[in-house]
Formats: sequence, structure tokens, C-alpha cells
Amino acid sequence: MVGLFARVKDVIGGLVDPHLSARIDALPRGNLNEFGVDPFGFDPETIKLIAPVLMLLKERYFRVETHGAHNIPGDGRFLLIGNHSGQLPFDAAMVGTTVLADAPRPRLVRGMVERWSADLPFVSELFVRSGQIVGDPTSCARLLNAEEAVMVFPEGAKGINKLFARRYQLGDFGHGFMRLALQTRSPIVPFAVIGAEEQAPAVADIRPLARLLGLPAAPLIFPQFLPLPLPTRYRIWFGEPMEFKGAADDDDEVVAGHVKKVKNTVQRMIEHGLKRRTSVFF
Amino acid sequence: MATKKKPETERRSTARLSRPRVVVTAAASSLGRVLCRRLHRSFDVVAVDTRPFPDRPKDVEHAEVDLRRKAAQTLIKKRRPDLVVHLGPWHDERPARAAATLETTATLLQLTEEIGSKKLVVLSSASLYGPSPTSASFLTEDAPLLGGQRSRVVADAIAVDMMVQSFFWKAPATETVILRPVHVVGAHLNNLASRFLRQRRVPTLLGFDPMMQLVHEEDVVDAVVTALQPGKRGVFNVVGPTQAPLSRILEARRAQVLPLPGFLLARALVRARALRLTKLDESELVHLKYSCLVDGARAAADLGFLARRSLQQTLVDVG
Repeated sequence: MVGLFARVKDVIGGLVDPHLSARIDALPRGNLNEFGVDPFGFDPETIKLIAPVLMLLKERYFRVETHGAHNIPGDGRFLLIGNHSGQLPFDAAMVGTTVLADAPRPRLVRGMVERWSADLPFVSELFVRSGQIVGDPTSCARLLNAEEAVMVFPEGAKGINKLFARRYQLGDFGHGFMRLALQTRSPIVPFAVIGAEEQAPAVADIRPLARLLGLPAAPLIFPQFLPLPLPTRYRIWFGEPMEFKGAADDDDEVVAGHVKKVKNTVQRMIEHGLKRRTSVFF
Repeated sequence: MATKKKPETERRSTARLSRPRVVVTAAASSLGRVLCRRLHRSFDVVAVDTRPFPDRPKDVEHAEVDLRRKAAQTLIKKRRPDLVVHLGPWHDERPARAAATLETTATLLQLTEEIGSKKLVVLSSASLYGPSPTSASFLTEDAPLLGGQRSRVVADAIAVDMMVQSFFWKAPATETVILRPVHVVGAHLNNLASRFLRQRRVPTLLGFDPMMQLVHEEDVVDAVVTALQPGKRGVFNVVGPTQAPLSRILEARRAQVLPLPGFLLARALVRARALRLTKLDESELVHLKYSCLVDGARAAADLGFLARRSLQQTLVDVG
């Protein structure tokens, strides 16, 4: 069983582009212990197992176009803050893959996943091994203090489940990410994803069904009926790092001011990206 | 004439040749034995347990009594221990007896206060935080103890932990320490975690591979000895140097892994329990599903405790 698994691992490992493989090997490994994992269970070798699929999505399916990758810090902590869309979190996967493959220096983005994902067999294991963790401020602070890059979507589930009519309009931003940035003195790198809104256009949200299934939303998607994405073209824009000064326990009004600045920056980047876009699919 | 009027404390110290006296409860449990064997080198040890403790060191006094009974209380009052080490229900290894556990702890706390012991060290457990989807975030000692929602045994252990927490303000003259070690394993231990790791074929939950923290039995004893030093008080998590996924721990143990779907494993456990093949509760399966990682930073900073045995070494020493 172990031998078979090792062989499968070798075969998949052979599919990884040598350039990407070298970048994965160049990820900081100071945090790894004698069992090959970091304190949260991340193992860089697991990235090699999922890299072929991620790269297929990035290069062939969504044909991601990256702008401003030079804004991604080569070392040290930072928070990636951007818009969330598309019913299923392909945007998060593509931002993470882009930072790993296209940033001046390879960085692993630690995404925050929903807590119910910890109940899913195999998926929960894959998330943990590939560096994703259940969204929790304590874990985020610990990762940032360990000089890692953390991605947060301040709109939360409401952002990803928004209807097509509200596409590219940012929902309310939570304050948690800003308090985290102030607490850990981390710069914020804003980003905007253009193209994910059109991958699964939701025309209605069937609330009673969502309640029945215990899901955050039950979108009615047209034309494909399932939240599986259409092959839209992704354009990802990274903005200049923003630094904020203050205390993590500042009054809500003070923090709200900082949050508004970040939200406006992301909104401006979205509008700029939309203006520059010539086609949704090409 | 002057000797007759010597103050009580002075008389006690001269009689004991400066070796402090320590009472250890549940001393005949496997961890209690390891603890007594270490403590008797520097303390006068009084081991209290209703079970026999035949292989105890010669200078360990064993009181085969129930703490809830008058005889035991009279004995402890007579011995007037300077220090008290209470192994909570988590480390007792007897079938859970909720009422007895709580009553024993309450009696012990009352005695400790009455005698005016300088120190009380209680061995609780990090499992009381309870593995859950969000408990992989290195919980500190301030995190709520939520493990009791699934299991009655854990709920009782939490009750004991809380009872001792209230003792902090009830008897401020006594330095109270609560230690919450992660899964304690070792060659001498007969607890669930050690038995689980000693198996050659280990059942796991298909599709789940939680991060595990283990701590060596000797490291826990080190932590108790450190906590017994004067001036130390508070609640501390006790962890090993690193953590690893269960699959890699079992790989290092060269165990054969049997991944089973959750519902099948739970059913097998219920059936085995009905046939009295095991005393395990299916609520224990949660440890094979979610990680429960705790932060040992406070013990390192305030207690000066750092585990010395690596995880690899700990796994070898399980036996």
C-alpha cells in the first residue's frame, strides 16, 4: 500500500513542470520538523501532488493573466486581501498558484478555509497538508508572526455567493483582517480577481433549500446549473503593499477608516481591471 | 524548657531532616508509579491509592485507603504533607466513577487547605479542550474546555479541573498548579494513547489524518517536579517538542494502518463494547478525526519547562 502510494507520488511528481518544482523546493523550509511538516501540518511535497491540476487550471482553463506580481513581497509576513467571487473558491486557488508560480520569489499563500471543511474526508487532509487552515484569528496571527503570507477574503461567504446582478460590487468588509494586520504589523497586499464572477453566474439564491441543506447559499446558476466554472479568463491584479499604524484594539471607527481605505483600493483595482478587459472569455 | 515551646513549624522541619513530604494520589496507576519512583529521590513520598502498589520503592509509604474515608483523612492530617500531587481522573485508569472522582478531589482540596500545604499540583489533560474543527490553532490555557460535549468521562475531568481552578482564589496561600499534558505515552504506561500506539495493526479514520501532540512520560514527570518548586503557580499546557500527522507517527512506529470509514469504525466500537471486548467509547474517535493542538509557550516561559525527549525518541520509547 505504502509502496503503491510512493509510486503514484513519483508519477505525479514527474508531471510537475521542472521550473515550478524548483520554486516549490525553494519555499522556506525552516519551519519543518523531522517529520517533514510545519506546526500546522503543511508539507511542501504535497504541493507537488496537486500542482499539475492547479497549473492545468491556471495555464489552460482560466489562462490567468497576472499584473503587478512585483508587488508581492519576496520575504516576510504579509496579508493578501481581495474580492471573493464565483460560487466555488477557484479564485483563491488561482491567486495562491499565481503567487507560487509568478511572484519574484516563490511564496506559499496560506488560505483560510471554512470550518465545515474539517469534516470532509480526504479534503480536510489535503487542505492541511497543502498549507490551508481553518479560518481562525489565532492561527492567522501565529502564521504571520512566523513570517508567512496569509490570504483573507474580508467579504467572507457572502462575497463568493453573490448574485450575478451584483458582480464586481464589493460586499461589507469585516474588521478582523485589519485588527490582525495592526496586531502583527503586517503589510496588506490588495488584489483584484477579474473573471471569476462570470464563471458561475447565479441568477437567484434559493434560501429555503440552503437552510434545508445547511449551506450558506443555494445559488441557481445559469447556464450550466452547477457551480462548475465556465472557462472565463482570469485577470489577477496585485496592488502595492499598504502599511497601517495603530493598535489592534483601537475603536471601531478608527479601524473602519483603515478598512475603508483597503476596500476602496480593491474596488478601484477591480474597476481598472474591468476597463482594461476586452473579453470575458479571451 | 525552651525545646518544649519550639514553634510547630520548627519542630516539623527538624524531624524531617529537610526532605519535604509529598502525597501522591492515584499513585498505583501506571503514571503514578513512574512519578513516585522519581519523586522518592528527593521527597518523602506518601502514595495514596486503593489499589496495591507492590513494586514501590522501599522508602515510599503506601496508604491503601480511599481518600473519601475517615482513615485516609486522619492519615494525611497526621503526615501533614508540604506538597500534594493529585492525578486527575484522566490519569487514574480505573473505570470512570464520576461521583467518586469529584468527591475525592473535593476532599483532597479541603484537606490541603486545612493542613496548609504549600503546594498543590494537579495533573489534568489537554484533551479537555476537545478536538474540533477549530482546535488546530494552538490553544492557550485560556481556551474554553469544550471536550465534555461528547464524552461523560471528559465532562467529569473538566469538573475536576474547574474545581481546582476555583481553589486558586479559595486558598491563595497554597501555590496551585494545574498541568494539562497532551497525550502522555511511555513504556510504563497503560493508558489509551500508549496502548493505541503499541498495536501492530492500527485502525484509523479513512480520509482523516489529524496532527498529534505526544509527550514522553519522563517529560511529564519533569514537569511535575518543576511545578513542585516554590514560587510556581498557574495553569500550564505540557507539550512535546514537535507535532506530526498521525499517519507519519504510525509510519515511524512501523505499524500497519487500517483506514476504516468513520461509520464502520463507530459501529464496530459499539458492537465490541456490547460484547465487553473494549471499554472504549465511540466518542474517542474524535481524536482520530480532528487535531487538538495546544500551545506550550506559557510552561516554557513561566515554569521553565521544556520537554527534552524528541517525538522520534518518544515513539521509540513507547515499547
